[in-house]
This record gives sequence, structure tokens and C-alpha cells, in this order.
Amino acid sequence: MKILVCISHVPDTTSKINFTDNDTKFDTNGVQFVINPNDEFGLTRAMWFKEKQGASVDVINVGGPETEPTLRKALAIGADSAIRVNTPATDGFQVAKQLAKVAADGGYDLIIAGRESIDYNGGMVPGMLAALLNANFVNTCISLEVEGNEAKAIREIDGGKENITASLPLVIGAQKGLVEEKDLRIPNMRGIMQARQKPLNVLEPVDVDAQTAAEKFEKPAPRGNVKLIDPDNLDELINLLHNEAKVI
Amino acid sequence: MSVLVYTESEEGKFKKASLEVASYAKEIAQMLSTTVTAVTINAQESSELGTYGVDKILKVTNDKLKNFNAEAYADVLKQAAEKEGAKVVILSQSANSKYLAPLLAVHLNAGYASNVVALPESTSPLTVKRTAFTNKAFSFTKFNTDVKIIGLSKNAFGLKEHQTTATTEDFSPSLTAEDFSVNVTSVDKARDKVTIADAEIVVSGGRGLKGPENWQMLEDLADTLGAATACSKPVSDLGWRPHSEHVGQTGKPVASNLYIAIGISGAIQHLAGINASKTKVVINNDPEAPFFKAADYGVVGDAFEIVPKLNEKLKEFKAKNA
Ligand SMILES: Cc1cc2nc3c(=O)[nH]c(=O)nc-3n(C[C@H](O)[C@H](O)[C@H](O)COP(=O)(O)OP(=O)(O)OC[C@H]3O[C@@H](n4cnc5c(N)ncnc54)[C@H](O)[C@@H]3O)c2cc1C
Ligand SMILES: Nc1ncnc2c1ncn2[C@@H]1O[C@H](COP(=O)(O)O)[C@@H](O)[C@H]1O
Repeated sequence: MKILVCISHVPDTTSKINFTDNDTKFDTNGVQFVINPNDEFGLTRAMWFKEKQGASVDVINVGGPETEPTLRKALAIGADSAIRVNTPATDGFQVAKQLAKVAADGGYDLIIAGRESIDYNGGMVPGMLAALLNANFVNTCISLEVEGNEAKAIREIDGGKENITASLPLVIGAQKGLVEEKDLRIPNMRGIMQARQKPLNVLEPVDVDAQTAAEKFEKPAPRGNVKLIDPDNLDELINLLHNEAKVI
Repeated sequence: MSVLVYTESEEGKFKKASLEVASYAKEIAQMLSTTVTAVTINAQESSELGTYGVDKILKVTNDKLKNFNAEAYADVLKQAAEKEGAKVVILSQSANSKYLAPLLAVHLNAGYASNVVALPESTSPLTVKRTAFTNKAFSFTKFNTDVKIIGLSKNAFGLKEHQTTATTEDFSPSLTAEDFSVNVTSVDKARDKVTIADAEIVVSGGRGLKGPENWQMLEDLADTLGAATACSKPVSDLGWRPHSEHVGQTGKPVASNLYIAIGISGAIQHLAGINASKTKVVINNDPEAPFFKAADYGVVGDAFEIVPKLNEKLKEFKAKNA
């Protein structure tokens, strides 16, 4: 089985979010970048397929040279090789188109992306990629097994789960639950050394026009101060929730 | 040319989010001087949609669509959009709508903006405000495409009545075997439990509650309020509560009217995921806990004393206001 794991290069979850150039660009100053958390779950599951079922695992990112350390980290976790499509990511569709080209050329059976990236939060790349490839798609995937050409998956739905079967090629939107938190792989020294020798191929992009453009950013308005309520006067809290906030 | 809206139903009944997308669609339709067409799939009674401004209903009734299937539902919506010549399609951000939206976008050659929180800033070009960086910022996103899909965040717009008399037309899209190549073999869904996605109120517990055996008081409080229960990440990582209750940047997003955080410190990743909630209450014995900076109301004290007391008082309040 040939697996492609899509890796989004995102600001660390603790990052302060600021903008420059008149609020049109994300300010990367002092920001640490990491593998998108949902993609870490996907990559860890891919390693399981590699170790237990002999799958090959390639990782891919659509982005500039600045994303290479993130791809190296994925190699250190155990991916066999990495691909970077050399173009800035502009919108979900443009990224999906680039990924689709590589996925189709490479004949991948299983493509693992994250349910959503924590920067763009589009929740669009995996579904668009599946549609472009005419492959099956399971979103919010919390369990995945593959036997031969058939996959068994579980999808998290609002308030429950759905059991799904689908044949390959398959695209999934991965999230927490696909593997346990405690099983998440982090690079060790040996992995980091090996990663330096592994191939990281840079491909030139196909020509695509983005369908949407983020023109400007804004930060939420600062909030007012918290109203503290005496623990011996909880009636006051109920009163405020009822009459002021009008939520009960 | 009408604005198309997908009004989801569950067991035949509309979800509140569907009435919210209808309300929103109506105002966009007015901005564009057109009408609203809603697509319903196996819904029973649809007159309610007229209250929220829907002019026309394309009613799909098909046993094959009894269970949700993203590809098949996307195909239905594609055919409906084409039939109506819709340039704007509006969906909620339920798990199902989020699943089908990108498929629909590719099939319609449409741009898609998710997590939209307000009416368009401008209609030509169509520009919408959406959340990005997990609620730490907003982005103003412009569409370059002829057809546009908007995913409206829950609770961002609210319900607005626009009484109209909706006409209903039966609609029978043609479905192919390919639409069902992802096969749902079974669904496990807790019946009479409020989900975090649909809840107006969410009661959430953190590591401050010390252990899973102490969750009864949260469940009781949630029962009184008709709320869903949720938890912080470490609580689900420790196995005290199921993963499906984990909320925050790497868990489920919460956009309820009221979020009550009990024994949760208010780490940046937690707050990012629950920030879209309208009113936030924190109960924590450490007055320095960061959550107090993000909350509207706070009680400094021991949750083990406060929560049962609050529950008793709320029961009295409910009894009086019933
Ligand atoms: C990549 C990444 C992603 C993450 N994503 C998420 C996420 O999605 N969601 C999430 O929640 N976290 C997330 N986290 C974890 C986050 O950083 C915090 O560690 C976590 O939110 C803390 O959980 P907590 O508030 O329950 O526990 P703690 O931080 O341990 O806080 C417990 C609180 O309980 C209070 N307390 C103790 N006893 C009592 C009492 N008797 N009565 C009242 N209060 C009491 C304490 O004062 C304290 O404030 C993420 C972390 C990382 C690195
Ligand atoms: N620039 C990118 N390069 C590779 N994969 C990406 C990129 N952007 C998004 N993805 C993948 O798509 C998922 C969802 O991203 P999004 O649609 O932006 O929320 C991510 O978790 C990644 O797996």
C-alpha cells in the first residue's frame, strides 16, 4: 500500500497571532511552526500501516522552503520520503489541486490529511482532494483498518459514530482518536539523524487560480472584565445569567 | 438565481442550525434582490421554513437517503443548485455539512468559505468574515468564483423571522451507484442526549475535578440546564471522559450560548476552541487561573461545594420559571 500524508505547517498552538502589512499578512515573527495536530494523528496511523503491513509512507506539503523543517520532522517520525510542492499555499482549492496532481501521478492508495488545519481552519483540503481524485472520502476519521483493497473506518458524527466501509483509493480527514494521544510519535535522536539522509523532493507547481483570497485579518475586540460573584451568593449568578446575559 | 440553502433535518425534524441558515440566506437574498430556495431531504413538515424566509422548498424524499451519505447528499445539492441557477449556496457547520461542503464545491466549481460569522461585507465581489487561527482572529475572504458556498458558523447569526409562504416542489435528483461507494454499515448515536454541536448550554470539567468519579455533580448540573457535558484535553487523555467530549483547539469547537467551565485553568488551546461561545462562566479555586481573563462571570471557590449548591438553586429557579 502506498500512503501519502498531507502535512500542513502551522503556528504552534501557543502562538500569539498578529498581522503585518496593514493586517493583510500573518506575522511569522517569533512564531514556532509545527506539524498540524490533526496531521500528527494521521502520520502516526500511517507509521502503524508501515510497520504492521509494510506500507510505504510519503509526506507532502504545499509551501515555500520555510516549511522544510516541518517535513524533516515528519521524516524523523518515520516517513520514507518527503515532497514539497514549491508554491505558497493560497487557498484550500489551490492546495488540493497541487496535492491531487502529485497523488494521481504517484498512484497512492491511501491519502491521509487532517480534518482541519489550525491556521486556515478551512476543513476543505481533504474533501476537495478526494473529489478531484474521484476517490472515496471519510472525514473526521477516528479509526481506520485496511485489508487488501477494502478499508473499514469509523467517522465521528455529532453525538456518535458511524461505521463505514469503502474501497481504495481513499482520502481521510484525520483527527484525535485515530490513534491514542499517548501513542503519538515524536522524533527521537536516531530518527532525526536518519531524516537527514532521506529524500526531500521539490516539485514545481501546476498552474491553478485560487478560488478565494484572504484579503484582510482582524483580531477579536478585547473583552470586558470578568464579573466576580461571591460563592455564598449564587442567586446573583443565576440572576445575571437570566436577566443580563439572558442565557437561562 | 435564488440563494440555495441546505436545511438539514434529523429524524424528519429541522435542526435549529437549519433555521439559522435559512434566516441568514434570507438576508443575503435581500442584498442580492432574489429569493431563497431550501433543499430538504426526508423532512416531514416543512412549513416552519416559511417563518424564516424560505420562498421555495425543493423537497427530496428518497429511502436511499435515509442515512446521511456525503457524496450522495452533495450530488443532490449540486443538482438542486444547477436547477435553480443558484450562485450562492449556504450550509451550516454541522459535522455532516462540513463533510459534504468541499465535495459540493468541487462538483459546482465553486469557492467555499467555512466558519463564516456575519453577513457579507460586500456583495460584489462577495466578501465574508470568517474565523481563522482557531478563533484567535478573523479573516475577510473574497470569492473569485461565479458560484460561492458559505458555511455559516453556529450561533453566529441567530434566528430571524421573515414570515413568507413557502411553496413546495417535489424534487427527484438522479442518484448513481457511485454516490454510495462509501458505505455506512451502522450508526451508533446516543438518543436522548444533547450533543456539544447542538447544545445551547455546555457544562465542562477539567483536571480540577480530580477524577472520573466526581463527574456526577456535572452530569446533574447539565441535566438541570438541559446542557451537554464536555471536558478539557487532559481529562479525555486520562480516560476520565470519552474523547468525544474533548473541546478546544484540538478537540471539538464550542459555540454555545452559555459555557460553564469547572476546574479548568483556561490554557490558550482550551480557550481557542470555546471562545465562540456567547457567555462564559468559570468556577475555579485559583483566582489567578487564566480563565478569569476570558470569562464573563466568575466564581472563585471550591467546585465541590459550589457546583452542588448552584445545581440546587438552579432547580429552584427552573421550578419557579417553568
Ligand atoms: C498541541 C496542544 C494542543 C492542545 N489542545 C487542547 C485542547 O484542544 N483542549 C484543551 O482543553 N487543552 C488542550 N491542550 C492542553 C492545554 O495546554 C492545557 O494543558 C489543558 O487545557 C489543561 O486542562 P485543565 O484546565 O483541565 O487542567 P489544569 O491546567 O491542571 O487546570 C486545573 C484547574 O482546576 C482548578 N482546580 C483545582 N481544584 C479545584 C477545585 N476543587 N475547585 C475548582 N477548581 C479547582 C485549578 O486551579 C486549575 O486552574 C493542548 C496542549 C497542546 C500542547
Ligand atoms: N499547504 C498544505 N500542504 C499540505 N497539506 C495541507 C496544506 N494545507 C492543508 N493541508 C492538509 O489539509 C488538511 C486540512 O486543511 P484545511 O483545509 O486548511 O483546514 C490539513 O490538516 C493537511 O493535512
